[in-house]
Parts: sequence; C-alpha cells; structure tokens
Amino acid sequence: MSNHLNDITLKIWRQAGPNERGRFETYLIDQISDEASFLEMLDILNERLITEGREPVTFDHDCREGICGTCSLMINGQAHGPQKSTATCQLHMRKFQSGDQIVIEPWRASAFPIIKDLMVNRSAFDRIIEAGGFITAPTGGAPDANLIPIPKPVSDAAMDSAECIGCGACVAACPNGAANLFTAAKISHLNLLPQGQAERYSRVEAMVETMDDYFGSCTNHGECEAACPKSISIDVIALMNKDYRKAKFKNRKTSARAD
Amino acid sequence: MAQVLNSRGPVTGTATRAKKRRPFLLDLYSTAVGKKYVMAITGIGMMGFVLFHMIGNLKMYQGADDLNKYAEFLKKLLYPLAPKEAVLWILRGGLITMLVLHLHAALTLTRLNRHARPVKYQSARDYQVASFASRSMRLSGLVVIAFLVWHLLDLTFGAVNTVGADGEFVRAEVYDNVVRSFDRPVVAVFYIIANVLLGIHLFHGSWSIFQSLGWNNPRFNKWRRAFAGGFATVVVVGNISFPVAVMAGIVG
Repeated sequence: MSNHLNDITLKIWRQAGPNERGRFETYLIDQISDEASFLEMLDILNERLITEGREPVTFDHDCREGICGTCSLMINGQAHGPQKSTATCQLHMRKFQSGDQIVIEPWRASAFPIIKDLMVNRSAFDRIIEAGGFITAPTGGAPDANLIPIPKPVSDAAMDSAECIGCGACVAACPNGAANLFTAAKISHLNLLPQGQAERYSRVEAMVETMDDYFGSCTNHGECEAACPKSISIDVIALMNKDYRKAKFKNRKTSARAD
Repeated sequence: MAQVLNSRGPVTGTATRAKKRRPFLLDLYSTAVGKKYVMAITGIGMMGFVLFHMIGNLKMYQGADDLNKYAEFLKKLLYPLAPKEAVLWILRGGLITMLVLHLHAALTLTRLNRHARPVKYQSARDYQVASFASRSMRLSGLVVIAFLVWHLLDLTFGAVNTVGADGEFVRAEVYDNVVRSFDRPVVAVFYIIANVLLGIHLFHGSWSIFQSLGWNNPRFNKWRRAFAGGFATVVVVGNISFPVAVMAGIVG
C-alpha cells in the first residue's frame, strides 16, 4: 500500500563549480510517494527541472543499494540523513512527513572540494589507500577456503572493519573534519588478518601520516560512528592508535638497522 | 572531472619514503595521532595532580594546624635526602611542562582541525552523540587556565587575596588565606563555576585518554565512561565542598 507525502520543501545547496559561490535554493515537491527513495525524490525533481529547462541538481549516486559508497548528502544536518546505519540511497521518504522542510548540503571538508552542487571529490581517500590499504604478497589463484585458519572472532572483527564503503560520512559528520574512522577501518581490516601482518607496521605509519596531509584530528566525539552507514565502531580508531605507537617504535628499529 | 588535490610522489606502504630523520619524539609529535598521545599522557599527569590536590586539601576539615602542616610537609618531601623544596620544584616543573605541552598540542590540533574544514556547514548541524563536554573542551580548558592564574595569584602569591589583621599576606597560613578568600561570595562562586567546568573537561578527557592511547578492550570498555564520570565527580565534589564549607561556616 502506498501513501503520499505532500508539500515537501527542499533547500538544496547549488554551486555551479568548484570556485563559484554557492547558495541554498528552495524547491517545492507537491506530492511524492513514501516508497520513493531519497535519491528517487531527487531524480523526480531533476526530471521536472529538465522539463522546465533549468539546470538539474548534481549529486553522487551509483549502486543505490548501500554497498558502493558513492552517495553522500548532509540531510538536515546529519550525514546520510536521519536513519541509522543507512546510506542516503537506502533512505526512503517514509522517514519524513508531509510539510517537512529538508535541507540538503554537500560534505564539507577541505579534502573534499565541491565539484558541483552536492557532488564532492573524495580522492583524498584514494591517497590514504594508496599509502598502504592493500597487501603486496603474490597470492596466486584463489586459495582454498580455510587454507589459513583464522579464529572466528578475528575474522568477524576484520569483516566489521571491511564493511567500510569509503563514503566519507565520517569526515562529513566529524566536527573536526577528521578521517580517523575511515583510515582506522581500512587499517584494521588488514591488520587483524594473518595476510596483513607482513606490512602491518609500515602500513599503519604510511596511512596515518598520509591522512594527516589532508584531514583534521580526532577528539573522540563519536559522531563518525553515529553517521557511519555501516556502523563501524570507533574501537577501530583505538586499534589504529595502538598500532601507530607500536609502528613508530618498530619501524625506527628497522630503519636504524637498514642504515 | 578528476581533480588533482595535491601533486605528490608515489607513496606506498612498502616503498620507503625518503624521510628527513628527526629525533624520535619530535617525529612522533609531528603527527596528529602523536599529538593526541602527548595530550593523553600530559592529561593523565594533570589528572593525578587535581586528584591529590583535592585529597590534600581535605586536611582543611581537620583544622588549621593540620592543613598548614600539610603545606609545610609538601615543601619537605624527601627531606633530608633531598634539599628542602627540591622535590616540590621537580613536581612543579613537571606540571608546568605538562601544561605547556597540553596547551601546545591543543592549539596546533585546533589549527589543523580549522584548516580541515575552512568552509563551515551553512545549515544547522544535528549532532547525534557529541556531548556538551566533548564539544566545549576548548572553552572549559580556557576557563580552567584563567582559574589557575587567579588561584595562584590568590593563594600562592596573595596578590588578590585580602590581607589579615596584620596587613600582610603570609603564604604559610594556608587555612586563614583560604577562609579569607572564600569569605568573598564572588570569589567562591567563580571557584565553583570553574570547578564545574574542570569536571566537564575531566569527564570527556578521562574517557578520551583510553581512545587516544589505544586502550580498548572488550573486558573493560564498559567501565571507561563510568571511570570518567566517577573521577570527574570525585574531584569536583571534593573541590566544591571547600568554598561551600567556608560559606556555610563549617570551616573558618
């Protein structure tokens, strides 16, 4: 059974280009199905804007099933909107009520420059991954399952971290614009597993220090965890901090020996 | 579409970056995570100070003699093994160093954070879990610093204390100085407000320490908040009891 929402007011951030001045523009949605996803609502708005000969709203989206991390949007002051553990693409209009005003803003961080309207460039995350978010061991063909025994709690913890889809909500939600949750999730998912051990300490040092080049610092508010569409716990940040400390000592010894 | 954020050389986990070698501690302190370590460790040191300062001052309830003798005892820590006041000055030196490092880390991290989001959100944020304590650390810290300056001028140097009948501030008469100071309601109220803010600062700080130092374990994680709340409460209740006791006439 489908119901409709009426008279939704949208205040959307419009910005023609990276260096243009942006501003909020107001759009009225007379009627929308409560089964529409948030992005479908924007699609419908865009269809109308195109028909009217106006510039449609640019926003990031891809898989629309919560696994690719492309969608973003600060919705009423919350990254990915009001529904917990949900990316914007999985948010539906039934979470809102008739007559609501919805304010939509892009992620804001110096590392995420606005490309246009609601679309931002998140390639700073790629820089962090390039620094160490991988293993270099040649693995050959697909190995047999359970070839390397991994305790269940460890694989669960690694899987929880590996859930990170790199959407950037943690940075967007953080009052300091820090990327600690993203970086820590990427570090933990490899550092917890046997395959990640060889590069464990060079990884954490390189990734943390690359993160420093772009993002702010963690003050333990916990906003990132609350905003994360995958509910990744800030426990991973503590693990990153611990591994970073160990890495500083270990890598110092290793590099002293190499000299 | 692809924008180049910063042009930089190849950086990988395995390729060794030609890094300028710095002394180890400076190298650690150059990163945000390292600065948070300094923040946490100096925080622990200063937590120890506020706790023992509060416990020591409880001597007030045993009378003037006990409190004044305690002050004398602090000057003679390890005497005659060490000269008078030597240990006290070592402790003071440690505290001053910790305070300076704590402030410097806070200042540089704040600057980093401002730089990380030069354009603020143009609409209202709807914070989910960030507490008043976590969001007002800078404010509460600054009030505590202002209070610290006043506190030293008041009870250590006597510059803003009222003088006794003999017209002179005698530092060793700790009990009388405290009573005269808190007999001024404005001072007592400022003292209480500053200590409540100290408690708020301690509440977030003493939880934050665990995260910053990477002390995270399912065994004790559920106690971390409780510890922070308990520690802040003990310090604040103890400290605030002093002006209240003076104003209520229990001490003095």
